[in-house]
Amino acid sequence: MLARTADNLFWLSRYVERAESLARILDVALRLATLPSAYAGSSNEWESAIDTAACSQAFYAAYPIANEKNVTEFIIAGETNPSSIRRCIENARHNARAVRTAITTEVWEILNDAWNQLQRIKLKNMNGQELTRFLSFVKEVSLRFDGTAYRTMLRTDHYWFQRLGMFIERSDNTARLLDVKYHVLLPEQEPVGGGLDYFQWSALLRSLSALNSYHLIYREGIKPWLVADFLILRSEQPRSLISTYKNLNEVLDLLSERYGRQGPSQRLVRSTFADLQNVDTDRLFQQGLHEFLVAFLGENNRLGMAISEQYLQ
Amino acid sequence: MAAFDEMRGHDDAVRPVYRDIAEWFEAAPQELITSRKAEAEAFFRRIGITFAVYGDEQGAERIIPFDILPRVITSGEWARLAEGLEQRVRAINAFIGDVYGAREVVKAGIVPEDLILANPAFRPEMTRIKPPKDIYAHIAGIDMVRTGPDEFFVLEDNARTPSGVSYMLENREAMLRLFPELLGRQKIKPVDQYPEELLATLRSVAPPTAPGEPTVVVLTPGPYNSAYYEHSFLADRMGVELVEGPDLFVRGNVVYMRTTEGPKRVDVIYRRVDDEYLDPLTFRPDSTLGVPGLMSAYKARNVTITNAVGTGVADDKAIYSYMPDIVRFFTGKDAMLKNIETYRCREPKMLSHVLANIGELVVKEVNGSGGYGMLVGPHATKAQREAFALKVKANPDNYIAQPTLALSTVPCFVEEGLAPRHVDLRPFVLSGSDKVRIVPGGLTRVALKKGSLVVNSSQGGGTKDTWVVDADSSAGTA
Repeated sequence: MLARTADNLFWLSRYVERAESLARILDVALRLATLPSAYAGSSNEWESAIDTAACSQAFYAAYPIANEKNVTEFIIAGETNPSSIRRCIENARHNARAVRTAITTEVWEILNDAWNQLQRIKLKNMNGQELTRFLSFVKEVSLRFDGTAYRTMLRTDHYWFQRLGMFIERSDNTARLLDVKYHVLLPEQEPVGGGLDYFQWSALLRSLSALNSYHLIYREGIKPWLVADFLILRSEQPRSLISTYKNLNEVLDLLSERYGRQGPSQRLVRSTFADLQNVDTDRLFQQGLHEFLVAFLGENNRLGMAISEQYLQ
Repeated sequence: MAAFDEMRGHDDAVRPVYRDIAEWFEAAPQELITSRKAEAEAFFRRIGITFAVYGDEQGAERIIPFDILPRVITSGEWARLAEGLEQRVRAINAFIGDVYGAREVVKAGIVPEDLILANPAFRPEMTRIKPPKDIYAHIAGIDMVRTGPDEFFVLEDNARTPSGVSYMLENREAMLRLFPELLGRQKIKPVDQYPEELLATLRSVAPPTAPGEPTVVVLTPGPYNSAYYEHSFLADRMGVELVEGPDLFVRGNVVYMRTTEGPKRVDVIYRRVDDEYLDPLTFRPDSTLGVPGLMSAYKARNVTITNAVGTGVADDKAIYSYMPDIVRFFTGKDAMLKNIETYRCREPKMLSHVLANIGELVVKEVNGSGGYGMLVGPHATKAQREAFALKVKANPDNYIAQPTLALSTVPCFVEEGLAPRHVDLRPFVLSGSDKVRIVPGGLTRVALKKGSLVVNSSQGGGTKDTWVVDADSSAGTA
C-alpha cells in the first residue's frame, strides 16, 4: 500500500474521532452550564472545555473571555481554529477523497454526506436546540463512520491504519478529558460525595456514554478514583486507555505479521501497554494522576510519531 | 435545414428504436419525472462525482447536469461505427510511430513536415524513445457528431488523455437505479466492463522487463484536478494504486512507488498528467506533479507510459484535416468514418474562401479546446466576425474552418419541458498489444442551452446515458 494512502487513512479516522470528542466536550460543558453554581461549583465550564480541547492559545488570541457563545462558536467553526469540528469533518473528507480507492463506497458516502450537510448548516449563533441537534449529528457521523468501516472494509492494512488513527486519537482524548476534569475537581483531597463533584463526574461519564456502564461495573455511587479506574484501567470500557492500547497492540501486531517486520512502534506500544497492565490504582493516586496522565499523553504522542516514521512516509 | 432529431427523425414520427422510451416518458406523470430528476442529482452528489471549477472559491464543486432521457443507437449503427473507430485509431497509432520514426508519411507527401515539427505537442525526445509494443495512443476518445439517419462524422480526435469515461459508467448506474422499469424493456449492451478492459489493455503493453504480473498505477495531479473523481474511480475499479508524483521515484532507471512496506516496482503508468509536467528533468523544471527521471526510465524501456509522450501531435485540428489521407496511407483502405470537410487557412486559396464565407462557417484555432477560441459564423454578430477575420488574416496557420453542420438533437428535460438539444458522442477506444477494445456506446454530451452547439461542461454542457440497443438493424432507420 502507498505510504501516502496509509497516512491519509490514519488521519482520516483521527479527524473523525476528534470531531466526535469535540462534540462530547461541548456536551459536558452544556450539561454543567445548566446547573446552578451550588451544584456545578465555581469553576468555569467553558474555560475547562477550552483546556480539554487543547486550544487555549488560539482561543484567547481570538476572544477575551470563555463563555458559552464564544467557546461553542470557536470549537464548532472558529476561523482561526485549525481543529474546529468543521475543519475536522472537512479534513476527514479531504483525506477520504484522496484515498477513495482505499475505502469502501459506503465509508466514503458517510463522510461525503456529512460534508454536504455541513455546507447547509448555519454554524454561527445557534440556539440551544440547534446546538444539541448539531452535536448529535457530529456524534452520529462518527458512529456511522466507525460502524460502516467495521462492517464493510476488508481486514487488510487499509483497515488497520484507519483503526490506528482512531485509537491514537481516542487515547489522547480520554486522557485529556480525565486530566482536565481531575485538575478542576480535586485540587486537594476534598471530601467526596458532595453534590458538586457528583454532577461533574456524572456529566463526564454521560458525555462518554459511560454513565450506565459505570453503574453496571461498580454497583455503587460515583467516586473520582473509580471513574479514573474505569477510564484508565478497565478493559470492559471501550474508551479506556487500556482498551485503546490493547487494540493498538493488536493492530500493530497484525501489521508486523503482514509485513514480516517489526519496528519502533511495535516496541513502544508493547511497553506502554505493559505499563498500563501493571498500574495499581492506589499508587496512581499517591503518585499523582495528573503526572501519570501527562506522561501517558507524551507516550501516546511518541507512538503516533513512531507509526508515522515507520509506515507513513 | 432543420436538425435531425434522433427520437423524432426529420418528420416528427418517433423512430422505432425510441418507441419504448417515448411511450414511457409520455405516460409518466410530471411529478414522477420531477422526482426522478431530483433523485438523479442527489445520486451524483452523493457519490461525489463532481468537478472543480477553476477560479471558484475553494470547496466549490459542481456536478455536470445529467439528462434522464437516454440517447439510443442501434447495434447495427454501432457495429459500423466501431469498425470505423478501430481503423481510425490503428491509423493514428501508426501515424504517431511514423512521426517519431521514419517519417514515411512526410516522404510520401501526405502531411507537410513543418506541420509536425512546428506543432507545440511534438516532443523531439520521442524520436529517441520507442515505447514498448509500439503503441502510443492506448486510450483514445473520438468525438463523433451525427446529421442524419446514416450520417456520422468525426469531429475531433483526442489522443492525449481523453476524459469522461467515468460519466459514461456512472450515467448507466444512475439509469439502472432510477429507471429499472424502462431499462428492463430493452436489450442494452452493457458498459461496466470498461475498467477490466482498460486494465487488460494496460497490462498488455507492459515493458519486456516487467515480471509476469505487471504493476499498473494511475498517476493523477491530485484532488484539486478537475477530473480527480475520474482518476480515483478508474484506479478503484481496476484495483490499482492511485498515485501522485511524489509517491513515485526513479532509481537505476526503474520506477518505484513508496509503500508501507518499502519501495515497490511500477511497470505501467496510466498517467492523467500532461506531457509538460511528467518529468521536471526533461520538461517543465517547476513541475511538482511529475517524477524526476521518469523519462530516462521510459527511454530505458523499464516502464510504459500511457498514453505515450507526444501523442498530441496526432490530435490537433490541422492534422485532423489530413486524417482521410493518413488512414488510407497506413491501412491501405479508405477511411470508414467520414471527416467534416475542413478548410486549412494556411493554404491561400482556402483562406480566401474562408474569409469570403465566414458567416456560414465554424472557424477554430488549431490547438484550441474546450469550446474556446472558436467562431460559429451563423451565430456571431457582424462585429464578432470581422474581429475574428482579422485574427485569422494575421495568423492563418493557426486556424481551420468547417461548414456549420446541422448537428442532430435528442429531446432533453429543460425548464420549458421536453425540448430538442444538440448532442455529440465520445466513444473510448482502447489499443493494447493483443487487440483493440471498444465498449459499446460512449459518452453523450449535450448542449443544454437552446440552439447551442457547444457541449463542453465548462460552457453549460450536460450528459446523457448512451444506449446501444440490440434491435435488428432495419429498426435503426426511420
